[in-house]
Amino acid sequence: MTQTASHDSIPTSKAGDTLIEMEGVGKFYGAIRALSGINLRVSAGEVTCVLGDNGAGKSTLIKIMSGLHSYSEGSMRVDGEQTHFGSPREALNHGIATVYQDLAVVALMEVWRNFFLGSELKSGRYPFAPLKVNEMREIADTELRKMGIAVKDINQPIGTLSGGQRQCVAIARAVYFGARVLILDEPTAALGVKQSGVVLKYTAAARDAGLGVVFITHNPHHAFMVGDHFIILKLGQRVLDKKRSEVTLEELTTEMAGGDELAELSHELKRR
Amino acid sequence: MSQTVVQQPSPAAGPVERSKPSLWNAMTSRPEVGAFVAAVAIYIFFWFVAPPFRHPESLSTVLYASSQIGIVAVAVGLLMIGGEFDLSAGVAYIACGLTASMLSYQLSVNMWVGALVALVLALFIGFVNGYLVVKTGIPSFLVTLGTFFILQGMNLGVTKKLTGSVATQNVSDIDGFQSLKSIFASSFDVGGVTVRITVVYWLVFVAVATWVMLRTRIGNWILASGGNAASARAVGVPVARVKIGLFMFVGVMAWFYGMHRLFSFNTIQAGEGVGQEFLYIIAVVVGGTLLTGGYGSAIGGAIGAFIFGMTTQCIVYAGWDPNWFKAFLGVMLLLAVAVNLYVRKLATTRK
Repeated sequence: MTQTASHDSIPTSKAGDTLIEMEGVGKFYGAIRALSGINLRVSAGEVTCVLGDNGAGKSTLIKIMSGLHSYSEGSMRVDGEQTHFGSPREALNHGIATVYQDLAVVALMEVWRNFFLGSELKSGRYPFAPLKVNEMREIADTELRKMGIAVKDINQPIGTLSGGQRQCVAIARAVYFGARVLILDEPTAALGVKQSGVVLKYTAAARDAGLGVVFITHNPHHAFMVGDHFIILKLGQRVLDKKRSEVTLEELTTEMAGGDELAELSHELKRR
Repeated sequence: MSQTVVQQPSPAAGPVERSKPSLWNAMTSRPEVGAFVAAVAIYIFFWFVAPPFRHPESLSTVLYASSQIGIVAVAVGLLMIGGEFDLSAGVAYIACGLTASMLSYQLSVNMWVGALVALVLALFIGFVNGYLVVKTGIPSFLVTLGTFFILQGMNLGVTKKLTGSVATQNVSDIDGFQSLKSIFASSFDVGGVTVRITVVYWLVFVAVATWVMLRTRIGNWILASGGNAASARAVGVPVARVKIGLFMFVGVMAWFYGMHRLFSFNTIQAGEGVGQEFLYIIAVVVGGTLLTGGYGSAIGGAIGAFIFGMTTQCIVYAGWDPNWFKAFLGVMLLLAVAVNLYVRKLATTRK
């Protein structure tokens, strides 16, 4: 209920509005520098892709935006205001929702229960107030259809859906509960080609619905299909930061694969 | 695949083909269906081999035996759906009975005071179990194994110290005993058959727990906490509070059964209760609840308790050597788990 209540307090955004702006953001874990000098802008109706290998600092970046960690230096402005999130709940109240690859859903619970988990509709304020079961089923079904996901039976355990569909339900849920910024943590990492396509479609659908999307991935092909802006991280540093018009897929792929290092490596491994 | 795929998918993706769930699907997707089939089979079996079982009076006895396991099993079931174990539930009810009895006897206070202090103790035991599990992250199996031994030792040690023996004194003349007995340990007549009041409580608790699981937010949160705690936390479910609450609910149900024991026998044996914790877990697992949590029902636990009660009594009715009972129990447990596994596979693979 808290989420739907705070629904109204989240300002509405127009396409192109800046939602999150980071300047020189860095993060230390003790003496270890995990991230430094990150500039990033998330705008409504745009997909910002963050690419990087394992350990590049992608998850640290997400955790800062979604409120799991604070940052050590620089500044993060949400709707123009300097912000330090103390908890994921605070980020949610600002309309920033994160869909984690592995944490999206509870497999043995029904689709509609998953959809409303943590934000159930009750017919009263007291603890044992009955749930509005039929209403929740209807809403979940309608919202999923809006995103173009047709499940056969809204009462089936969500574990019977494919991995891609599960991600999509999690995305639809975030959109319904008033997200303006959607952070997708490697949504296609564990999926096959067809399933990835489904997820990419809904990512684009969320973008067209006016959300600012942060798409974290290590797959430049997937990023290039939906991205408006690309940032590549390496060892906590930004090594590439370009708009879609300034970059080619080849450039992204080469940079992701290691760029100069790769060239050096292939030279070393060259057969005589 | 390029930018062309990303137009807003049309809302009506395909014709409206949301099928009404068929009766078969609805049935097989319930956790307790395997146990229900087993209960009917065992009932029919004993109907033929144990003629005394056909009397209504026998059914009443069976139900009483079932309720003695079933009352605590309701709470243990919800706890297990929430993803945790409680091995201390058996000795906890003895601890509650001992506390109420000895406090009232030694201090010569009204029985009601003793009963309420025992309730506070039960809530405290539950809270400590839950708090330790949530805060330390040690598996509940180990935490409650610890409290199991602590309580078992304290039950015997304190009782020996205060009474000089391992049983409490008869408390039936203390003020308040009769009123509490009529609440916790009375019986009434239905068409000439004596029915123990615990049977009624048991059925009420099962009904309420079922409703809570299916129709309230707390039920949703219990399922999610057991099914995928990290996920639940990420969407704002207070997993720690849910789990502590469940442990405390086990405490309350253990207290309730402890009160029944005290007011029906007037005295409590300090060394009893050991081994009961496994009967609760068996009843719950036979009833279709996943050992790992996240799936199950209160009705399932009740059916499990009924199978248990039926078997204990009917082995006697059939004139068999009751020593075989435990062997029978083990076979039944394995069969039930196998059936449940199969049924759940059917339920979760339907598309």
